Amino acid sequence: MTLPPGSSRMSKGGQIDRSTPVDFSFDGRSYQGFAGDTLASALLANNVRLIGRSFKYHRPRGLIAAGSEEPNGIVELRSDARREPNTRATMIELYQGLEAESQNRWPSLDFDLLSINSFLSPFLTAGFYYKTFMWPAALWEKLYEPIIRRAAGLGKASGLDDPDHYEKSTLFCDVLVIGSGPAGLMAARAAARSGARVVLAEEDSALGGRLLGDQRIIDGLSSAEWAAKMAAELEAEPDVRILRRTAVFGVYDGGTYGALERVSDHLAEPHHHAPRQRLWRIVAKRAVLAAVAIERPLVFGNNDRPGIMLAGAVRTYLHRFGVASGSNAIVFVNNDDAASTVSELAAAGVSVAALVDPRPVVSPVVEALAKKAGIRVISGGSVERALGSKSVSGAEIRLQDGNLLTLPCDLIAMSGGWNPSVHLTTHLNGRPVWNSSIAAFVPGAVPPGMAVAGSASGALSLADAITMGDSLGQDAAIAAGFKAKKSALPSVEPESTAIQPLWRVVNARGKSFVDFQNDVSVLDIELAEREGFRSVEHLKRYTTLGMATDQGKTANVNGLALMAEFAAKAIENVGTTVMRPPFSPVAIGAFGGHHREKNFKPTRLPPSHEWAVEQGAVFVEAGYWLRAQYYPKPGEKDWLETVTREVKAARSSVGVCDVSTLGKIDIQGADAAEFLERVYINGWKNLAIGRARYGLMLREDGIVMDDGTTTRLGEDHFFMTTTTANAAKVMQHLEFCHQWLWPDLDVQMISATEQWAQFSLAGPHVRDVLLKLVDPEHDISNAAFPYMAAGEITVCGGTRARLYRLSFSGELAFEIGVPSRHGDALIRKIMEAGAEYGITPYGTEALGVMRIEKGHVAGAELNGISTAGDLGLGRMMSIKKDYIGRVLAGRPALVDPNRPVVVGFRPVDRKRRIRAGAHFIRQGLEAAAQNDEGYMTSVAFSPSIGHWIGLGFLARGPERMGEIIRACDPIRGEEYLVEVVSPIFYDPEGEKLRG
Amino acid sequence: MRITCPHCGNRSLDEFIYLGDATVQRPDPARPDALAAFVDYVYQRENPVGRHRELWYHNAGCHAWLVVTRDVRTHEIFGVEPAKEVSLSEKTTGAAR
Repeated sequence: MTLPPGSSRMSKGGQIDRSTPVDFSFDGRSYQGFAGDTLASALLANNVRLIGRSFKYHRPRGLIAAGSEEPNGIVELRSDARREPNTRATMIELYQGLEAESQNRWPSLDFDLLSINSFLSPFLTAGFYYKTFMWPAALWEKLYEPIIRRAAGLGKASGLDDPDHYEKSTLFCDVLVIGSGPAGLMAARAAARSGARVVLAEEDSALGGRLLGDQRIIDGLSSAEWAAKMAAELEAEPDVRILRRTAVFGVYDGGTYGALERVSDHLAEPHHHAPRQRLWRIVAKRAVLAAVAIERPLVFGNNDRPGIMLAGAVRTYLHRFGVASGSNAIVFVNNDDAASTVSELAAAGVSVAALVDPRPVVSPVVEALAKKAGIRVISGGSVERALGSKSVSGAEIRLQDGNLLTLPCDLIAMSGGWNPSVHLTTHLNGRPVWNSSIAAFVPGAVPPGMAVAGSASGALSLADAITMGDSLGQDAAIAAGFKAKKSALPSVEPESTAIQPLWRVVNARGKSFVDFQNDVSVLDIELAEREGFRSVEHLKRYTTLGMATDQGKTANVNGLALMAEFAAKAIENVGTTVMRPPFSPVAIGAFGGHHREKNFKPTRLPPSHEWAVEQGAVFVEAGYWLRAQYYPKPGEKDWLETVTREVKAARSSVGVCDVSTLGKIDIQGADAAEFLERVYINGWKNLAIGRARYGLMLREDGIVMDDGTTTRLGEDHFFMTTTTANAAKVMQHLEFCHQWLWPDLDVQMISATEQWAQFSLAGPHVRDVLLKLVDPEHDISNAAFPYMAAGEITVCGGTRARLYRLSFSGELAFEIGVPSRHGDALIRKIMEAGAEYGITPYGTEALGVMRIEKGHVAGAELNGISTAGDLGLGRMMSIKKDYIGRVLAGRPALVDPNRPVVVGFRPVDRKRRIRAGAHFIRQGLEAAAQNDEGYMTSVAFSPSIGHWIGLGFLARGPERMGEIIRACDPIRGEEYLVEVVSPIFYDPEGEKLRG
Repeated sequence: MRITCPHCGNRSLDEFIYLGDATVQRPDPARPDALAAFVDYVYQRENPVGRHRELWYHNAGCHAWLVVTRDVRTHEIFGVEPAKEVSLSEKTTGAAR
């Protein structure tokens, strides 16, 4: 039968706001619901029962649940960039203008061409793809996979940038309560009354859990009223934080919990500045898991027809949303849950055609209830097959006497028992254990600091949930250091939770589904067993049981029980698969939070940044730093022209560059010199105060770690610089050496990178500029302040500064450092003072060109595989002392004379551009790996020389000056001849920098 | 995972950098078999199950190196000591690692 058009909304009742109608559309058709509805309840109220097509067979599907476990009712929500596939209709709160589409159907939900798969189902069993598309392998990627993906799929992502933003936050508390059903509310109240800071996390928009969906009496109130009263009490507690719409999805070490708050998902779009979702990291001393139990479907023929629903969900739609899921119901249950379902449906005016219970004797309470309502009780019977296709229209029931009875119906409310939500107890390797009295897995070993109350623990009755929640809430507070306060417990009527397992109806006809979302049926599990995929992990992967977006919340235990039956084992011996976070889907965006695009990582700005922006600089990312790459002038046609001008200015007059990004480490102590001796390969004890020296440090494996200059500012005071890239790594290394290897050395160190703004001034006019800045009492003449001199000075009338006569460019050059807060002022003063000499700011690009011209090694050569010898710096390695890396640097392979060593290269055709990455091959040999003799690491167009030059590693390079070799670059499809030359292209005698 | 730094208190894992085994000892570079000993020191590691002593660095905190005693299966932490103190006391008592 089909439902009449119109509404299934009851005339009264439910926790919806009937004064606020809400318009929405599904598959382009307009409907109306009420505030407080979910998309699921609103669709049901509008008699829309066909919501999607199944994954593999394209069978018509409707809702079976009312909560986050829903396997069938998944839709594409919203449109354009906000389109969200595979969203559970049961979790979508209705908002004005909501748009949703069904998935996996073509051309329409009602008429789906691929439902032909349903007739092909004998061929589409478990392992079908593995067996069928084996050969030829080449066709898999090109043909089979695309076809299968198109046919068997869920929703489609928008493919556009996510317009919303996400937040990540951390929360600390004494007691975290997960779930706000009766156990959770009691636990939160008990912990709060003792004074503990409590966080109560509830996945739903309202507190209450099953209290909202069931109709029980607590202290004379309806369960929903009691939940509201408790919620109000908790709201009034100063140290209780209630997180609604927040699912705790993972348990991590050290009392850390991951939770997702759906801040704005109940709105058409987030409020301005509000995130769409917020990822919480909750650090709790104790936790009480008071999650729900999830009802199990019964496994019978065509049990996936729309209108066949979990009994608890039928009650939820009725009591919470005021929606009758059908007008003529069959209740098919194997447990005493039947009592409330039957009586509440009858009370709501839904006719109940029969109560079918496979147990030979129905409990007297249920019997009495049914009789009173005039409902036929079929004990010892089972529904073997549901009738109907797009909606259930009847049931074939096998009676105890063997006869078959067919009854019409438009709703089958089923219950196979309840599975405690043990998921969160297993995230730290706890394994659930089988409890035969409720025929379900219950938590085994739980994570440290966690206790489990109520349904999640297997205590399924309301009275038990209340008692247990209260006592575990108190225990948690006590364990967190508070004193318990006893409170009176609310009173409830007792109930029966008796059950006799029914894992499948044996003579079922038609497909009996176990995993609805992945279309896994009883036959698939039987086949897996027959083909030897008996371990639960194999069963899962072979049949895809539990691998859909719902992670088998309604399917897994039924699947395990069937495997137990087919393998003739006890369920507890079949075991369970490992459940990992997340418990429910979490958008990748939530894990990313604000760390996307430009904010993916922090940006560090050197002190002259603002000034450089004013100059129109082009910037480049160097680690976290944003550095000026070059400073284009109007009319310059490309970066090369700009960089060439900058280099020429520095070489002919004066240039300035911000070098504050270099790592700076202040090292002090009586053993500071000894400490440097041990971390650098060269000597430091003989360095005079007021002098700087170039140093090279190795890793313990003998490979170069970093280089830089270190200045001796006092007998026991050194100032080290590192490369920009390795600053943090070197700091960590030095702390390791000091704290762990040589704790007896009297030495202290601190990073001073952020504390000093440092500028390099280079060029023949540098002293003229400095004379205008440095206070006159400081002599900076060549005699008083020679190459590699360093010292404390003052500038601009008394501002503390440090001056170093260092040259990376090869020019006469100084570096001047001032406290960072003066950096911006200093660069402006420098520019002012240098104006008459045409002072030119230069960026990292010109810096790189000049260092290549001088043959200085940098990041491209300090590449994590080069030795000091490879860099041409082997002679720096002291033979008078031990230092980090010395022993292993002596390994035969690292001192092999055939190792490639840094030398210079220039193109034989001087007009030619050369590129880093080209490999060197001797002329006449094949350009193949076995003839590879090294590679180009750095290249630049040298304005000083007038053609391209390069540095690179070449086997026995220093012995091969003048040799012409091939530079082969197969990636760019280039090859050219280069000449091996000295790496020092510019001022090889170093006269300029000493001038 | 959370580590209780002796200087900074209970902090989140992402403030720390893991190095590894705290039971290896940098060999005496003057010993005759120094090369072999350093190869062991740099490359050879036990892969024990259960309790393990390991070095962590409080990178986003006090920059202290720490010796953390941790069960590598359960991530339970039994103790956190400043590496400098551990190393110093080993040197004064001559205790072997």
